[in-house]
Amino acid sequence: MQTPASFEYERATSVDGVIAALKKRGSGARVIAGGHSLMPMMKLRLAKPEYLIDINDLTELSYIREEGEEIAIGALTRHVELLNSELLAEHFPLFRDAEQVIADPVVRNRGTIGGSLCQADAAEDLSAVCSAVKAKAVIRGADGERTVSMEEFHVGPYTTAVGAGDLLIEVRLPLRAGAGSAHEKVERRAGDWAIAAASAAVWMDGGKIAEAGIALSAVGLTTIHLSRAEQLLKGKAPTDELFVEAGEIASTDCSPSADGRGPVDYKRHLAGVLTGRALRRAVSRALHQEA
Amino acid sequence: MAVVEQNLPSPETERPIGFGRLKRKEDARFIRGQGTYLDDIRLPGMVYGAILRSPYAHARIVSIDTSKALAHPKVAAVVTAKDLETLGLAWMPTISYDTQAVLAGDKVRFQGQEVAFVIATDEYSANDALELIDVEYEPLPVVVNARKALDPDAPLIRDDKIGQRDNLASPTWEAGDEASTDAAFAEADTVVVRDIIYPRCHPAPLETCGMIADFNPQTGQLDIYNGNQAPHAHRTVYAHVAGLAEHMIRIMCNDIGGGFGNKVPVYPGYVCAIAGSIVAGVPVKWVENRTENLTSTGFARDYIMHSEICAKDGRITGLRVDVIADHGAFDSTAQPTKFPAGFFHIVCGSYDLKASHVKVKAVYTNKAPGGVAYRCSFRITEAVYLVERMVEALAVEMGVDPIDLRMNSFIAPEQFPYETTTGWTYDSGNYAKTMRVAMDIAGYEDLRREQLEKRKKGELMGIGISFFTEGVGAGPRKHMDILGLAMNDGADLRVHPSGKAVVSISAQTQGQGHETTFAQIVAEELGIPPEDIEVRYGDTDRSPYGLGTYGSRSTPVSGAAVAVVSRKVRDKARLIAATMLETRPEDLAWEKGRWYVKGDPEKGAMIEEIASRAYSGEPMPADMEGGLDAQVIYDPPNLTYPYGAYIAVVDIDPDTAQVTVRRFIAVDDCGVRINPMVVEGQIHGGLAEGIGIALMELISFDEEGNCLNSSFMDYLIPTALECPDFELGETVTPCPHHPLGAKGVGESPNVGSPPAIVNAVIDALHETHGVDHVDMPCTPARVWAAMQGHAEPPQ
Repeated sequence: MQTPASFEYERATSVDGVIAALKKRGSGARVIAGGHSLMPMMKLRLAKPEYLIDINDLTELSYIREEGEEIAIGALTRHVELLNSELLAEHFPLFRDAEQVIADPVVRNRGTIGGSLCQADAAEDLSAVCSAVKAKAVIRGADGERTVSMEEFHVGPYTTAVGAGDLLIEVRLPLRAGAGSAHEKVERRAGDWAIAAASAAVWMDGGKIAEAGIALSAVGLTTIHLSRAEQLLKGKAPTDELFVEAGEIASTDCSPSADGRGPVDYKRHLAGVLTGRALRRAVSRALHQEA
Repeated sequence: MAVVEQNLPSPETERPIGFGRLKRKEDARFIRGQGTYLDDIRLPGMVYGAILRSPYAHARIVSIDTSKALAHPKVAAVVTAKDLETLGLAWMPTISYDTQAVLAGDKVRFQGQEVAFVIATDEYSANDALELIDVEYEPLPVVVNARKALDPDAPLIRDDKIGQRDNLASPTWEAGDEASTDAAFAEADTVVVRDIIYPRCHPAPLETCGMIADFNPQTGQLDIYNGNQAPHAHRTVYAHVAGLAEHMIRIMCNDIGGGFGNKVPVYPGYVCAIAGSIVAGVPVKWVENRTENLTSTGFARDYIMHSEICAKDGRITGLRVDVIADHGAFDSTAQPTKFPAGFFHIVCGSYDLKASHVKVKAVYTNKAPGGVAYRCSFRITEAVYLVERMVEALAVEMGVDPIDLRMNSFIAPEQFPYETTTGWTYDSGNYAKTMRVAMDIAGYEDLRREQLEKRKKGELMGIGISFFTEGVGAGPRKHMDILGLAMNDGADLRVHPSGKAVVSISAQTQGQGHETTFAQIVAEELGIPPEDIEVRYGDTDRSPYGLGTYGSRSTPVSGAAVAVVSRKVRDKARLIAATMLETRPEDLAWEKGRWYVKGDPEKGAMIEEIASRAYSGEPMPADMEGGLDAQVIYDPPNLTYPYGAYIAVVDIDPDTAQVTVRRFIAVDDCGVRINPMVVEGQIHGGLAEGIGIALMELISFDEEGNCLNSSFMDYLIPTALECPDFELGETVTPCPHHPLGAKGVGESPNVGSPPAIVNAVIDALHETHGVDHVDMPCTPARVWAAMQGHAEPPQ
């Protein structure tokens, strides 16, 4: 049997209660939602939180809704809800691309967007997805709420702007005209973490790429924001040559390490191939050339 | 496309009395989650064991301090090698006549080796206490690469063995004939040389290994709950190891969540649980976790095979093989004692070779021990992979179609029984016929055309062939045994007065459907409906002696035993029926379920009437005891030799190098099929495993001997999404010496499928990328490296 070390457990009834409990319990406390990253780490005794605050009853944090010029996603929204959301599929189809290849149905039924983003595993798909679509994260702490960009959100390996006493509340996606997006992933087997994955979003205007967002998973210590490639695409008409050039930047600007999934040269190669593919699909979706 | 499913279930075939498509009797409880697995069992007063394992692959143990763990309020005992020494249990024999440390005392020899055993009142506390044990290690140089194990400067791993001066685990063992093989190569037109590696993988049953040992100090009775594949053999081993009386040991297997060879050996955790219960006088439960299963229990394969194959006049003529077998730190490879390298020398495959010569030597490395037969008859898997990869390479070199080369080289039907150049006697076969059935289902010519068209468009498609012959059903006592135990199996059949029956067998199902298949054998022979026949197994107090289930031996050996014991009952029933019908036995004829008078078919006795009579107060035949029972021990005269033709179709993404198995055609000839649905289930499962082995499964180590694949995050097993809809076909060449004409089949798909898939990958890449070899597993990274011309063998 794989058994965790001993810990105390509390089931939260309100967001304020979570913030208060985090403050009271200090650094040994961890929030648990879907638990599909935390529980395996606890069972392997790689993580030994002294105190778990279970937020699964905070259903007020579970929603996907349009609010003015944004789509708001509650932090407790499960992967399966992201997968099945027609609202997201309409505006940001890369969510469905990603959710179809994130883990397996068991994990998707429990795992949450907030948990994925806060775990901030560099190989995690939703971090790149949210970066590509220029999402903003709403974080609440003892001192109130603040909103940060994904660049600000990603602080380092497994580290985010969500501090010890904070809770991620919501993810907000700006709605703008001419959007298209796609997520491309290569994995060794269905349900495995990515060898490499690329998320791309474009906002087309008058046949040109008005703005682009590109981020990579699994090819660096954190999610890679490809700002050089985004700059390259800005204001240009989409061509295969342009995508290839963006892919070359991806290959150069990522920083993969060798592991059981593959050597560095292969991962760089994949970063380029997948960036090109994601951009191509994003653009054709924006131009309604792909169903 | 050809019709694959020829025997769709119909109302007539759903409840056959005898052979046919009967739904598995055991599935009702399995699919409802109502099976009883080891971890479901809780005994009163039970305590829990956990094992402290070595973080080092090779290190001297300077000291072990258990005082803090012992001070834990819920810890009952901490056992180390010193404690076991006083019981004479510090070392145990392996199934290959080597010895293995139960708990490491002098030094640790692989990462994950057992160092201490904690017993606590709950499993959480037992695991907490592991962190309270202080072990001081002095790290030693490590050897993980089998090729370097015999270097003069390699560290000596087995300094516990008197006279051991290097890491050689076996003498060099040979089969075939060197001189005639040299001659065949000298006159050959074409010779191909390859280093073929079958990397280390793991059977990874979903239920891990474990045991509850329950020693009763008052009676001296030891009850053992332990899912294993050979309960009777295990009991004998415990009697030898622990010095306990064999008749006072009872092993109960209950339901087993997969074995695949992993549950053949005796593991140190078992010995610790038994020792713990004897010392503590209460039941001790130990169940390993996933990491422990992957890193310390029996791995499979790990063969480095240097090989040469040659052809003359369009036929394969010779094969030369030199193998380094990596057995890890202790040699616990599974093999019948008289065959030092198992059945590897069936490596001549399905071909009428002029000569062959095979050499195998085994080495110790600082890796987990094993070499179990993962769904395999003792290294047949490695042999089949080797010869089918080599034949493919030879066909490429000769510029001929790989099927044509095989067709030209097959052993012809009239050559059976056929003695191979390495000394096996194949019982039966019509290989070309089976190959043609596979080609028809695949639409082979169309596939080749499609491949050419795709290549023009820059798409990569490959077609891979494998044609295997296996020897399964170990085995004749004149040829083989395990630890001195004949590889025979018993059957005990009791027909009750009501005509319902219990058949007890020594085979041990781990999911193969024995409760159904063996009931069908009795049903076929006696005409009793299968639902009226209970199949008993898995409890040494309630089943006859025998060597269990592995190496596809259940139907070849146990199935034969059940057929023979049924016929004994039928013969006795005939004598009783003659008395009942007041006629002579020789005047009776048999139809399923009934003896009748030849000249008067209306006059007869049903089997249940005969059973009732056998237990009644009515007269029996002279000198005959009452009852309708019989028992046998079956000693097979030969192995059975199933074979099959497999064709894999793969697509490879030219940019990402991902391999997709688009189609898989498997035509198996396993002789007579008792329950075709069970056979097909076995084939589906084995093909899925083969896809896993070919594409993703690997147990690897870094230079310090750290295992890099210690959980299902890193050791990938395939899912339904990697498996195409399997296209099955069959030919039936009955086994001439098996009472039912049946041959084993369980391991065939696992054995036969990896070479087909790897051959397909190479077929896809040879023309465009010049790839002539890729080692398993064909992960995207490895295939991409091969496409770039710099593939490295797996380590």
